[in-house]
Amino acid sequence: MAKEMLKGNVAIAEAALRAGLEAYFGYPITPQTELLEHLSKRMIELDRVFLQAESEVAAVNMVYGAASAGVRVMSSSSSPGVSLMQEGLSYIAGSEVPTVLVDIMRGGPGLGNILPSQGDYFQVTRSAGHGDYRPIVLAPASVQEAIDFTVMAFDLAEKYRHIVIVAADGQIGQMMEPAELPPMREVRKERPDWALTGAEGRDPNVITSIYLKGEEMEAFNLKIQEKLSEIRRSEPRWYEFQTEDLDMLVVGFGTAGRIAYTAVEMARERGMKVGLLRPQTLWPFPEERLSQLADEIESVLVVEMNAGQMLEDVRLAVGGQIPVGFYGRMGGVVPMPDEILEAIEGHYNRLTVRTVRT
Amino acid sequence: MSAINFAPPENMEVVYERPESLAETHTHYCPGCTHGVSHRLLAEAFDELGLREKAILVASVGCSVFSYKYFDVDSCEAAHGRAPAMATGLKRVNPDAAVVTYQGDGDLASIGIAEVIHAATRGENITVIFINNAIYGMTGGQMAPTSLPGQKTNSSPFGRNVEMTGYPMRVTELLSQLDGTAYAVRRSLHDAKNIRKAKKAVLTALQTQMAGLGFSIVEMLSSCPTNWGMTPEEALDWVESEMIPYYPLGDYKVADSVANLDGGKRR
Repeated sequence: MAKEMLKGNVAIAEAALRAGLEAYFGYPITPQTELLEHLSKRMIELDRVFLQAESEVAAVNMVYGAASAGVRVMSSSSSPGVSLMQEGLSYIAGSEVPTVLVDIMRGGPGLGNILPSQGDYFQVTRSAGHGDYRPIVLAPASVQEAIDFTVMAFDLAEKYRHIVIVAADGQIGQMMEPAELPPMREVRKERPDWALTGAEGRDPNVITSIYLKGEEMEAFNLKIQEKLSEIRRSEPRWYEFQTEDLDMLVVGFGTAGRIAYTAVEMARERGMKVGLLRPQTLWPFPEERLSQLADEIESVLVVEMNAGQMLEDVRLAVGGQIPVGFYGRMGGVVPMPDEILEAIEGHYNRLTVRTVRT
Repeated sequence: MSAINFAPPENMEVVYERPESLAETHTHYCPGCTHGVSHRLLAEAFDELGLREKAILVASVGCSVFSYKYFDVDSCEAAHGRAPAMATGLKRVNPDAAVVTYQGDGDLASIGIAEVIHAATRGENITVIFINNAIYGMTGGQMAPTSLPGQKTNSSPFGRNVEMTGYPMRVTELLSQLDGTAYAVRRSLHDAKNIRKAKKAVLTALQTQMAGLGFSIVEMLSSCPTNWGMTPEEALDWVESEMIPYYPLGDYKVADSVANLDGGKRR
C-alpha cells in the first residue's frame, strides 16, 4: 500500500481496525480523542462493536468483559484516563485475557495539560495496577511505528494472554506524517477455547482473578512471573543509531528519542563519538543490549519528556559501571534538537575532562 | 458390591432436585442466608428457558463473590461495582448469550451505581439480579447505601443517622425512571409465596433480555442473619416488618414490549 498523510491517532485507530479489532470501548480525552472518533465511524460501518463508555472506569471493564469473550478488543485514553483504568488492568492481568490499550500521554500530574509528555512511564511500565505484573509497553517514535506497533500489540497480547500498552506521547497522536497502513485482516471467526461464549456442548469456562488460598495465589503469581520472564527474554525491541566507535550513548524513547536522533547527528558532525539507543519496548526494557554497550563506552545521557523515569531503568541496566546523565523537559515542553545537543556537549565535555584527568 | 442407585424408587416421583444450571457443590453461605434461594431461582429460570448453554454469569464483589462456582454455566468475577460494565462488554460481543450480573447492595448501589445507571440508560440487554440485604455482608456487617434509618451496623454503631450519612437508596425506583429500562421490579425472599413471585420475575427478566427489549433488573429483599445478629427466622421477619415498608414490593417498570411478551401471557 502507498504512503499517505496520516494523523497519529487516526493511524492507530485504522491500524487496529485492520488488525482485526472486533470491539472498542473508550471515553473522550484529549489528546487521544480522534482515535475514538475515527473508530466511532469505521467500526459501525464494518458492523463491529463500538461503544462510548460513561467513564474510563467503565470502559476498561467493558474491555475486560469483551476480552473474557476472547475477541480482539482495545481501549485508548490519555494519562488521567489511564490512571482511572488501573483497577481494571489489574483484574485483566490477574485473569490473563488479551487486551490492548493505547495511552496518548499528556502533561501531569493532576489534570495537567493536553501537551505531549512522557510522564506516564512509571505508570505504564511498573504495573499499571495493583499486584505483581508488568504489561508489555510499546513506544512508537513516528506515525509509522505507531501503526506497526498497534498491529504487533494484538499479536503479542494474544501470544502471551497479557496486556499490551502502546504508549505514545501527544506529539505522536497529534502530528501528521506520511505512513503506510497495513492490509485489512479478516476478523477471526473462532474464539479461544477458554472464552466465555455460553457453555454450549462443553464444560463451563470461568474467568476470575480471585485465589483465596495463599498457596494458590502464589502458584498463579509464579505462573505469570514465568510468562513475564519469557517476555523479558524474547520481546525487547530497540532502535540503534551510530553505535559503532562510540564514547557516549544517548538513550531516549518516543518523541524524545526521535529528537535526540537529530541531536546525535549534529554531535557526530561536530566530531563527538555519540550514538543513540531508542527503546521501542519500554517493558521489557532492552537492558541486555544497554548493558553490553555500557561495557564499551564512557558515559550515557538519558533524554526524556519527564523528570527522569526511564532514567531508573537505564541506571539499573548500566549497573553503576559508568556515569549516567539526564536531560529532561516536563509539563508538555518538547525539547529542541539544539537543546539536546547542548546537553550532549556538556555531558561529553565532562566525560572528556574526566578521561584526560585519569 | 453394586454401585449405589440414586434413582428414585419406582413407586415414587421426583418432585425436587438440583437444577442443571446449579453446580453440584456446597456453598460458603451462612445458615439462613437467602443467597441459596436466589441462586436456585436463577438456576431454575436458566433451566426452564433452556438458557444453561447460553448463560454467562457475572459475579460481583460481596458475599456472592464465589457465585461463579455455584452455577454450572460460563461465568466470571467482576471488579467491585463493575459487573454491569463487564456484562456490557460480554453481551456486545456475544449478542445471543444470556448475560446476568448478580450483585449485592454495596456493590451495585454504592461503588457501582454509575455502571448500573449507564447500563440501564443504554438499554443494555442484560439482566441484573440485585440482592438487597441492607448491609455489607462480606466485609462483616458495615452500613450499606440501603441500610435503613436507625439501623445499627458495624460502621453505624449508634444506628444509621440520616442527617450524617444520607438516606437509603431505592434503586429499582431510580432505574425505573430511565428509558432504557424495560423491566424493573422488587420482590422479597422472606416467604414461599414471595419466593414464587420472585421466580416469575426472574423468568420475565430473562425473557426480556432474550427478546432484546432492554435492561432488566429484579431486586430481591434478602436476609443476612449473621450480620444483623438475628436467627434466620427473626431475620425473615425483619425483612417483612422493616424492609418492605421502606422498600415496597412491586413492578416499577414493565415496558409495553415486556407486558406483551408471549402475547401478553408472560409468566
